[in-house]
Amino acid sequence: MSDLGVAVLSGGLSHEREVSLRSGRRLSAALRAAGVSVDEWDVDATLFDRLSEHRPDAVVVALHGVEGEGGAIQTVLEMLGVPYVGSDSHACRRAWDKPTAKTELAHAGIATPDWVVLPHSTFRELGARPVLDAMVDRLGLPMMLKPEQGGSALGAQVVRDATDLPAAMVGCLAYGETVLAEQFVDGVEVAVAVVEGASGPEALPAVEIDPASGVYDYTARYTAGLTNFHTPARLDSVSAAAVADLAVAAHRLLGLRDVSRTDAIIASDGTVYFLEVNSSPGLTETSLLPMAAEVAGRSLGDIYAGLIERAVTRATVHLR
Amino acid sequence: MTLASQPPDSSGGRSLDPHLHRYAARAAGMTASEVRALFAVASRPEVVSLAGGMPNLAALPLDSLSTEVASLISKDGLVALQYGSAHGLPELRDQICEVMALEGISGHPDDVVVTVGSQMGLDMVTRIFCDPGDVVIAEGPSYVGALGTFAAYQADVVHVAMDEDGLVPDALREALAAAEAANRPVKFLYTIPNFHNPAGVTLAVDRRAEILEICAAHRLLVVEDNPYGLLGFDGQTYPALRSMDPDNVVYLGSFSKTFAAGLRVGWVLAPHAVREKLMLAAEAATLCPPTLNQMIVSRYLATHDWKGQIKSFQSAYRERRDAMISALEQHLPAGCSWTVPAGGFFVWMTVPEGVDTKAMLPRAVTARVAYVSGTGFYADGFGSRQMRLSFCYPTPERIQEGVRRLAAVLADELELSRTFGPINQRAAGTGPQVPGPDIA
Repeated sequence: MSDLGVAVLSGGLSHEREVSLRSGRRLSAALRAAGVSVDEWDVDATLFDRLSEHRPDAVVVALHGVEGEGGAIQTVLEMLGVPYVGSDSHACRRAWDKPTAKTELAHAGIATPDWVVLPHSTFRELGARPVLDAMVDRLGLPMMLKPEQGGSALGAQVVRDATDLPAAMVGCLAYGETVLAEQFVDGVEVAVAVVEGASGPEALPAVEIDPASGVYDYTARYTAGLTNFHTPARLDSVSAAAVADLAVAAHRLLGLRDVSRTDAIIASDGTVYFLEVNSSPGLTETSLLPMAAEVAGRSLGDIYAGLIERAVTRATVHLR
Repeated sequence: MTLASQPPDSSGGRSLDPHLHRYAARAAGMTASEVRALFAVASRPEVVSLAGGMPNLAALPLDSLSTEVASLISKDGLVALQYGSAHGLPELRDQICEVMALEGISGHPDDVVVTVGSQMGLDMVTRIFCDPGDVVIAEGPSYVGALGTFAAYQADVVHVAMDEDGLVPDALREALAAAEAANRPVKFLYTIPNFHNPAGVTLAVDRRAEILEICAAHRLLVVEDNPYGLLGFDGQTYPALRSMDPDNVVYLGSFSKTFAAGLRVGWVLAPHAVREKLMLAAEAATLCPPTLNQMIVSRYLATHDWKGQIKSFQSAYRERRDAMISALEQHLPAGCSWTVPAGGFFVWMTVPEGVDTKAMLPRAVTARVAYVSGTGFYADGFGSRQMRLSFCYPTPERIQEGVRRLAAVLADELELSRTFGPINQRAAGTGPQVPGPDIA
């Protein structure tokens, strides 16, 4: 590995810039500890020239938000023929758009909370009140509101009272023009990372998320101590297998590659609900994939060093 | 720290913070903040940041300063790199008195305590006066760094209204009467009389004596924070409250806006008894202010035309203020209003009813413009219809572009407001609501 030159991309201009910078720093340190030569690059107007001139052996995308997870940077890397770790641009787009991912998994028979997707224009043109009422009739309360695209729970809110719905809509629509409203499922929240190896996609142990406030929002995600994690999750063997199968299924069905993280909820009746999948999982000090790796006895650096080798090999095979 | 080395909680989980149960109650609000995360984007050049309060240092004479600093190290390095006293360098305290004289203050160098920025002075003052639950009266809105300090000492802030002439005397009387009726101990009035941060207004001269009389009648100490007083755009200065009532005013001064914020050199001018306690508190906090930085400031004041430099700062900031006011008049939708500062760094804007400036911030960041929601400047959750716009750092052209972008964002938010009607104010998020000091 030591003779490979790797660029870790982080930062960018998305709302998740700070989280991405943290992910990039942690990943870079882990890779260096694993013997990989790493440059850390922000994504700005110099990136295209840097990629063209320096031609890294591989790129690791530690970007979050639309640049890193929506397929844009992957498209650029594909055009330049630069090998990179992670899903291709098409799969990224499928995973990034939450309704698209839910639809594909629902078609495959995977449970996901009932949902509706509505742009601001619908409320404007039809009038907010009847549409909001219809949402409550359809999904009930509490209800989960999320931007249809986005991460780190930015703009996401649990709405428990219908009178709070207009304000929650305004808050959510500040992050994008379209809202994904979901039925709220009460249960055990877990995250399952999937890492590909020689034998294909493999689920790491599930991490159970237990936020002190009851809501795993931005503050609960990135303030150490505000969320309790159980690694591995306190699940019986049947549920543990079910969430692992779900994560691998989501990874395969959406055509994801190398690494992903699926968020799910196990309801009190044992049903496992798919919530969303991340093609560029967070790698910060409080992120879930590094916790899962540690409990599995694997280091973050070794995991990503292996994925870098896969990316380089993929490119070599492709060139033949 | 690995997971394995962290103690489990009662449910067997891991919190990622093994010290969680040890924190003081005052650390409760020290959390990650969705709003603060958004400001990370504001540091990128693509974003026009009207959010931060970084002084514009472009006009500083860096070449001659570097020569002075090199000479200082080579000739006086063994002093410059050594501990000093908590009181501060005597020569610098003499010079500080000359600076304060520009605003009518007749202070004695012995009553000056040099601090690590005036922020430390504020911290020391709060430390020696406030117990948890004590009341501090402050303008509404007020400087966010002060609110943070008061919160750290678990003091309760009671805001007093301002108008275009600054703090309203009758509002102060009412607040004091209410506190006394409730038997709540009020420790001091914290005020920024000149070119207020964030409100941009200045306390009218004819109100100054009245404010001091009210405070004296209620035996209330005044803490006067005056970082912008020499930055009047027409060179005008106002009589410091300290100059009018030396015995009852603790004065906070700073070189951050008139010279170099990064040196972190400020001061407190306090009555003798207070000064003695401040020095002991300062010694406990930092032992002494940085000797090298004090010597740099002292050398600068001794060898450079610092008054001329302040004039050039005034000119630069006036040009930026004009650019912002012109752009606001040109682009902002009906229903917006703003203050027109005669000095300092900030415009305070009120947006039409129905718009929540905190909820709107992600939309603004997407549009590559940043501001600070008014909620960050109140301790009581008020300010959702206000925002602070900084004009100190960007060029006039960037300011105009930023305001143009902001106008488009406001138009979209108004449309959202029309769609969903008047909304209940969103629950205030936790953590800092304003950018860090390194954001332009």
